[in-house]
Amino acid sequence: MTITKTRRLPIPGEVFVEKGQKVNYYDIVARTEIPGDPEIVKVALLLGVEPEDLPRYMTKKVGDKVAKDEVIAAYNALFGLIKKRVPSPIDGTIESISDVTGQVIVRGLPVPVEVDAYIPGEVVEVLPREGAVIETNAAFIQGIFGIGGETHGEIKMAVKSPEEVLTPDNIMAGDKGKVLVGGSMVTLEALRKAAEVGVSCIVVGGIKHRDVTTFIGEEIGVAITGHEEVGLTLIVTEGFGEMKMSRRTFDLLKSFEGYLAAVNGATQIRAGVMRPEIIIPHNEFFEQSSVEELSAGMVPGTPVRIIRQPYFGAIGKVVSLPVELQKVQTESDVRVLEVELEDGRVVTVPRANVEIIEE
Amino acid sequence: MRYILATDVGSTTTKARFFSNESGEWRFVIAGEAPTTVEAPYEDVTLGVRNAVREVEELTGHRILAPDGSGIVVPYDGKMGVDLYCTTSSAGGGLQMMVAGLIKTMTAESANRAALGAGAIVMDVIARDDGRQPYQKIQRIRSLRPDMILLAGGTDGGATAHVVEIAELIKAAGPKPRLGAGYQLPIVYAGNKALQTQIEELMGSEFALTLVDNIRPVLEVENTEPARRAIHELFMEHVMSHAPGYTKLMKWTDVPIMPTPAGEGMAMQLIASVYKENVLGVGLGGATTNVYSVVDGRFVRSVSANLGMSYSVTNVMKSAGLPNIVRWLPFKIDEEEVANRLMNKMIRPTTIPQTLEDLIVEHAVAREALRLGLEHHKTIATRLKGIQVQRTISDMFEQELEETYIKMMIIDIIAGTGGLLSHAPRRIQSMFILTDAFQPEGVTKMFQDSVFMMPHLGVLSTVYREAAWNIFDKDCLVRLGTVIAPAGVGKLGDPVMTVELEMPGGETLKEEVKFGEIKRINLPERQDANAVITPQRGFDVGMGPGHKLEKKVMGGVAGVLLDGRGRPLQLPEDEGLRKELLVKWWQAIELYPMDELKELI
Repeated sequence: MTITKTRRLPIPGEVFVEKGQKVNYYDIVARTEIPGDPEIVKVALLLGVEPEDLPRYMTKKVGDKVAKDEVIAAYNALFGLIKKRVPSPIDGTIESISDVTGQVIVRGLPVPVEVDAYIPGEVVEVLPREGAVIETNAAFIQGIFGIGGETHGEIKMAVKSPEEVLTPDNIMAGDKGKVLVGGSMVTLEALRKAAEVGVSCIVVGGIKHRDVTTFIGEEIGVAITGHEEVGLTLIVTEGFGEMKMSRRTFDLLKSFEGYLAAVNGATQIRAGVMRPEIIIPHNEFFEQSSVEELSAGMVPGTPVRIIRQPYFGAIGKVVSLPVELQKVQTESDVRVLEVELEDGRVVTVPRANVEIIEE
Repeated sequence: MRYILATDVGSTTTKARFFSNESGEWRFVIAGEAPTTVEAPYEDVTLGVRNAVREVEELTGHRILAPDGSGIVVPYDGKMGVDLYCTTSSAGGGLQMMVAGLIKTMTAESANRAALGAGAIVMDVIARDDGRQPYQKIQRIRSLRPDMILLAGGTDGGATAHVVEIAELIKAAGPKPRLGAGYQLPIVYAGNKALQTQIEELMGSEFALTLVDNIRPVLEVENTEPARRAIHELFMEHVMSHAPGYTKLMKWTDVPIMPTPAGEGMAMQLIASVYKENVLGVGLGGATTNVYSVVDGRFVRSVSANLGMSYSVTNVMKSAGLPNIVRWLPFKIDEEEVANRLMNKMIRPTTIPQTLEDLIVEHAVAREALRLGLEHHKTIATRLKGIQVQRTISDMFEQELEETYIKMMIIDIIAGTGGLLSHAPRRIQSMFILTDAFQPEGVTKMFQDSVFMMPHLGVLSTVYREAAWNIFDKDCLVRLGTVIAPAGVGKLGDPVMTVELEMPGGETLKEEVKFGEIKRINLPERQDANAVITPQRGFDVGMGPGHKLEKKVMGGVAGVLLDGRGRPLQLPEDEGLRKELLVKWWQAIELYPMDELKELI
């Protein structure tokens, strides 16, 4: 399918690519400079003068460039017997001199910010002064939760089946820089070993709450992730606890073993939903996006996954969609559907508790 | 006036409520809901509004939308349209503000209250004495992208240089507005009036500055109204006009768009003004918990931005701690299993409990979210600090510890809204969750929202108070009943109080309540009973320990709860006893289906 990524600077800057240009993972698309941190210096207080007299004692004026420790204000009294000097705390520029507060603001040097291409492909649109849109043919897998930011690596299957748990034994020294695919769960020890070895990313069905908390060093309160610095990116495809990775996801990753993938664990579940992603650029075949199929909604036969107790993680096919509300065990009247599970059982679940999956 | 349409554009769902006045009385007719369309690919909230209104049209057969797509037909022309359309909004994260003041417990606190009262989520409170170095404050301000800043500081004619210092700090940090860098960030200055010219010179060119009366003209007075009004105007002018589709929506409405929590707050104030009693209200949402209090006419709102039942459910776990959630469960369940379930709810926030066990786990989390929300509220609902009072030397060090004026004994009404409370399968569940979490004392009326429409009626009350109240009273406010709970602690099984109830039919019920016991008496909605409550020595129902209280108690769908569990409510440390008591209480009030519950234990 065709994947497009908008690569945008946080504030306007310079764009280095042109429409039609081919780019690779690390190519810089755009660059800007963010104004440096301001440093407030209480000059009047340090000189022991009244704020309104401050301008008289300044040796630098607004807009002057100053180096760290360079004198910006001086006070001499008693024919030079009393000398007071105020040095600049940083390299920067004098931004303001206040005769009300007696403060001087020195603005630090600008901080450069760059945005890379993240995925190899073609620039299909240039956003003037902001960035560019990159397009590529790729396989795309969306996770449900992740930690750690953008990275790349070669896909390697670390386990044989989607039911298998990823343990330290599955991780080799040669896995440095790889995107390792596990099965139903990754253990804390495996995560630690992977970080030690220098694995780029781990993709796995589930993880225990306790392990993720211990690994990142804090409890996750609100799901806004992606900035953790834990040595690798983690992408969970199903949920928390031991959860068999969906067969389709596992097989798709397996079919691309040895390919380079661009991955991002950033997750944001609130206004502006963002889920973790695995993008595998390739030129072999061009599949159609399945968006249309999914938007058709649920009908008998639609494959679904149940995403809440008591059948959490079970996969099946919709049997029927009764119109009338039905009472569930909680005594709530809800819209339900009947699902035939893989083991042949037919169960009734609230519609809110299933998600459509692709076969 | 015959038809009114009100919508709330929420972060996930747009809810339309249709009201009519067919026979001289305003009533709620029907609800229509549709997903909010603030995000790509739609990026136009009016699409979601249109879809929700279309559902109303389909259900009623009454046409409201203009055939040419230009919006809502106003007024009603005898065939189609409505006479009034109003809306609240919290889409795209609502109104997010940063506030700044001079002293943390004085002007900064007043500014915080003003922003919260206006319906904002306060991202940070910057003060001269907030314990951070100037560079840390600057870094913080630079990392925030607020919709607006409220700057206070100094009494009129008071501090000058220090207030300008804070303004310089904000200017140096150069915060950028959240919804795009293409316009100036609005700042409301509500500090020392004598500094208005200086502030204008300093900040006028880089920010969209509004000058209003001082929020603390003198230390003894807090004047939040001008700041609140300015915030609402700027919300419309700057924030809403940059959100996708809102310029269009603003043209559709006759009444200024209000932030959803501000609408909810209006509804709580409406209850307080009609009953002329002290109210504690709560909106327990998926992402946030808003607590409102109206005590002796003073309205305060607090928002716990990360306490909620879906998006923020794991933050409740983080803040309360798992053991505090698990203590409300009478069955054995591994703590790690509960944690995994809550994490799964957070990543799939729209799922609903199917099993009784799952429902009880959610109810346990709700108690903790509400408890923490109230704790937070108490830190904001405090007496004005910094007022000179005669003190001894030792008292002077106590200034920081001045307490909240929210005492449960003076709260006459508790009102709840939000998905979990409104959708509780048995109404007694929401009444009991509120009781466990807030621990009402004395005699307290309990209300809840029938279907989510408090924000709608709140905004409506700003233009048609009587219509709003009529609908509120008849169709929105569910009278859950009354809780009678003496304050005090005793030994299990010791007598706590005697309650005599003169029921509407004339019969008199006499109930003895022992410590650790709870009873439920049926008294239907819209019926009252005269009660004589005689507490034992050491127990207080509002007249002092051991003193009798005679009072009318309100009936409701859940009836009257005689709560002899004592205040503060303490669950036994012993696991077996705790579980045994929970089951005993739940059984006594028929909280859950008992057969299914027994299977879990």
